[in-house]
Amino acid sequence: MSLATDTTTDVLQLGTHRFTSRLIVGTGKYADYEIMGEALARSGTECITVAVRRERLIDSAGNNLLDFIDTSRYTLLPNTAGCFTAEDAVRVARLGREILLGLENPGADWVKLEVLADKRTLLPDPVATLQATEQLVADGFQVLCYTTDDPVTARRLKQAGATSVMPAGSPIGSGQGVLNPNNIRICLEYLKEDDPEYPVIVDAGVGTASDVTIAMELGVDGVLLNTGIAHAKDPLRMADAMRHATEAGRLAYLSGRIPKRLYATASSPEEGVISRPPR
Amino acid sequence: MTSLRMRVQVNGESREVAAGSTVAALLGELGVTQPHVAVELNLEVVPRAQHRDAILREGDRLEVVTLVGGG
Repeated sequence: MSLATDTTTDVLQLGTHRFTSRLIVGTGKYADYEIMGEALARSGTECITVAVRRERLIDSAGNNLLDFIDTSRYTLLPNTAGCFTAEDAVRVARLGREILLGLENPGADWVKLEVLADKRTLLPDPVATLQATEQLVADGFQVLCYTTDDPVTARRLKQAGATSVMPAGSPIGSGQGVLNPNNIRICLEYLKEDDPEYPVIVDAGVGTASDVTIAMELGVDGVLLNTGIAHAKDPLRMADAMRHATEAGRLAYLSGRIPKRLYATASSPEEGVISRPPR
Repeated sequence: MTSLRMRVQVNGESREVAAGSTVAALLGELGVTQPHVAVELNLEVVPRAQHRDAILREGDRLEVVTLVGGG
């Protein structure tokens, strides 16, 4: 067995960033910032996504997200959510970097790139995502690309210099889980061929713990989620569940599952049974 | 003597400021004192260290952004 089973050395390496937790959690859509802070803590995450928006147009009470986040505890991962062109995504990435430099947060050198095609599906525009990746890599960013589960696009993004490719399990916030595990498998084959350490993250669509576990069991390196925790009836308990689900899925992947069979195989010895099987 | 005024766009809205204002002066007028903002002037980020030196001109387009919750 060459598989590493020592979880204390089983770390998530994303470019120059290294984490013990394989869960990346978003900071959006919580009922309030206190619940968000507690949910993040319970999830066990060390890396949280944030969005860049115009000052003073979001929270009329004057609360700022950063008043509720210990930026020495979490590596921030700024996203380009809401951008529909490569140009805007590059601008937002640079603004995010400027803010994180001011905060002296290690996340200043990376970005979660989202270039969306339309508001209804929030599906990524693959051409614009590729263009933005090239520009941001040239600008010195470590780029984590949100994309569909299309293996060809995934490979092109890696070739363009993406630090990680992050296929969606299903549409953002949809809670449908991993709709096409076979595509995720092919993405993993394409991206890890000759480069087994290349990190692949399932980003978006997971609704509950089993979705996370299924993704991790496929062999992805981590899961990025937000709505699944933030909009659960009890976000704090769901944060716990997502932490366990991530660990369970990772351990099961490393352990190597049994093959599926059509018929049963007895777990108890067949010799010495006092009963006779039916004929 | 009245001071000269000029118009700039801040976060999509037109705003009048004193001619020759700097980015730092504009942030002061806006009451933005938090350190965690970033400023973009005509599509280019103005690094924090240059806020006091970056002089605005008529018609400049600025974005003043911060971090919010997101996924």
